[in-house]
Amino acid sequence: MIRVQGLTKRFGDSLVLDAIDLEIQQGEIIVVIGPSGTGKSTLLRCLNFLERPDAGYLEVGDLRLDTQKVSRREILALRRCTAFVFQNYALFANKTALENIAEGLIVVNRWPRARAHARAREILERIGLADKADAYPASLSGGQQQRVGIGRAMAAQAEVILFDEPTSALDPEWVEEVLGLMKQLAAERQTMLVVSHEMGFARDVADRVIFMEGGRIVEQGPPAQLFSEPRDPRTREFLRKILAAQQAALP
Amino acid sequence: MAILDVGYMTELLPILLRYLPLTLQMAALGMVLALVLACALAVVRVLRIPGLNGATLLFISFFRGTPLLVQLFLFYYGLPQLFSALTQINGVTAAIMGLTLHFAAYMAESIRAAIVGVDRSQTEAALAIGMTRGQLMRRIVLPQATRVAVPTLMNYFIDMIKATSLAFTLGVTELMGATQKEAAGSFLYFEAFITVALLYWGIVELLAWLQRRLEARLNEAYQR
Repeated sequence: MIRVQGLTKRFGDSLVLDAIDLEIQQGEIIVVIGPSGTGKSTLLRCLNFLERPDAGYLEVGDLRLDTQKVSRREILALRRCTAFVFQNYALFANKTALENIAEGLIVVNRWPRARAHARAREILERIGLADKADAYPASLSGGQQQRVGIGRAMAAQAEVILFDEPTSALDPEWVEEVLGLMKQLAAERQTMLVVSHEMGFARDVADRVIFMEGGRIVEQGPPAQLFSEPRDPRTREFLRKILAAQQAALP
Repeated sequence: MAILDVGYMTELLPILLRYLPLTLQMAALGMVLALVLACALAVVRVLRIPGLNGATLLFISFFRGTPLLVQLFLFYYGLPQLFSALTQINGVTAAIMGLTLHFAAYMAESIRAAIVGVDRSQTEAALAIGMTRGQLMRRIVLPQATRVAVPTLMNYFIDMIKATSLAFTLGVTELMGATQKEAAGSFLYFEAFITVALLYWGIVELLAWLQRRLEARLNEAYQR
């Protein structure tokens, strides 16, 4: 289980996260939506200290920490029990698909190479890229790169996988295969916190949808409720706009 | 117009080749020392180590901002005047010192640029899976920075090989010094200098070929 209390982050004068409280149950799939610049990505990045929060408490698995009194060791431990999927994939360009997935197991978990590679092959099988084991990122399509990015996160066996707009940088033709893989993970009850504009994915897969604006959680609930009867006018306004845009994009 | 004395050139070549090892030794030693120093300077610049950063900037500015020949004279003729322990400094040592410091200043900047140029999101990805800064540098950043830096570093090496000829002004009989002596004896200046020019050219072409092979190897991972 994950518990976030009073998580706060400022960039200069602007308050990007305003004392966020959030609990995530094991196996829960949460999709975070909201206008851009409202702190969704920052929330994810504070959870693994890619950004250093300005206040708040975090609990992930057995790890409990005050974000203002963390040691380097605790930050490493926190990163080990979270995994991150980046918008632009961020694969290691000097490593093959297989090595990208095995890298953390070898370097961070100190597995022997052979064992790490065997695990990486299993994961490549699951993400449907067994034939691309020795391909470097530059030779993979966007969709394939992001699936390797997700594979790398799967290898970490983290308490939670944090997805930061995983399909936003993809050409439309690759979006489905990445969402498909995420659905597969959701079906296995992998705990996921997903920042996304894919309303269809949120509706079909999420246990809970969170609407954020201005660094706060404005409203949250099961997708059926949040999408059909949003209570807050800001949620209604956002959904109206984004659904209209997605309707317009349909052929 | 006199005809080119090819016979003299073929006689001269084996004589000059005897001095090639000294030229290559100065270049190789200068390159290794310059690389080590340049890496240290680049790390200071990338991490902006307080105190050292300013000194590094000054060092780079001076050694890039003054002619190599001036630096060589400064080491060989100038320093012994200040430090009596250096009165015994020989031309080869002074030349290697000068080449090292001069080229380290240039190379530090290209190494720094190569490190900084590695895609920032890969750094975040490495941190996100729990790597330490050292692991991140060793496994992700430096291998990619090397690929970017190698072409420019090889160019500096080629430049350095040619710059060893300046050691002749410090009384070192290396390739250039030997040529000068031979030419002064035979009065066949054109033949002597065109022979040594072809020799330098040949060495540089050989290195350029090695450079292309090395780059192709380093680029394997990045082909689409």
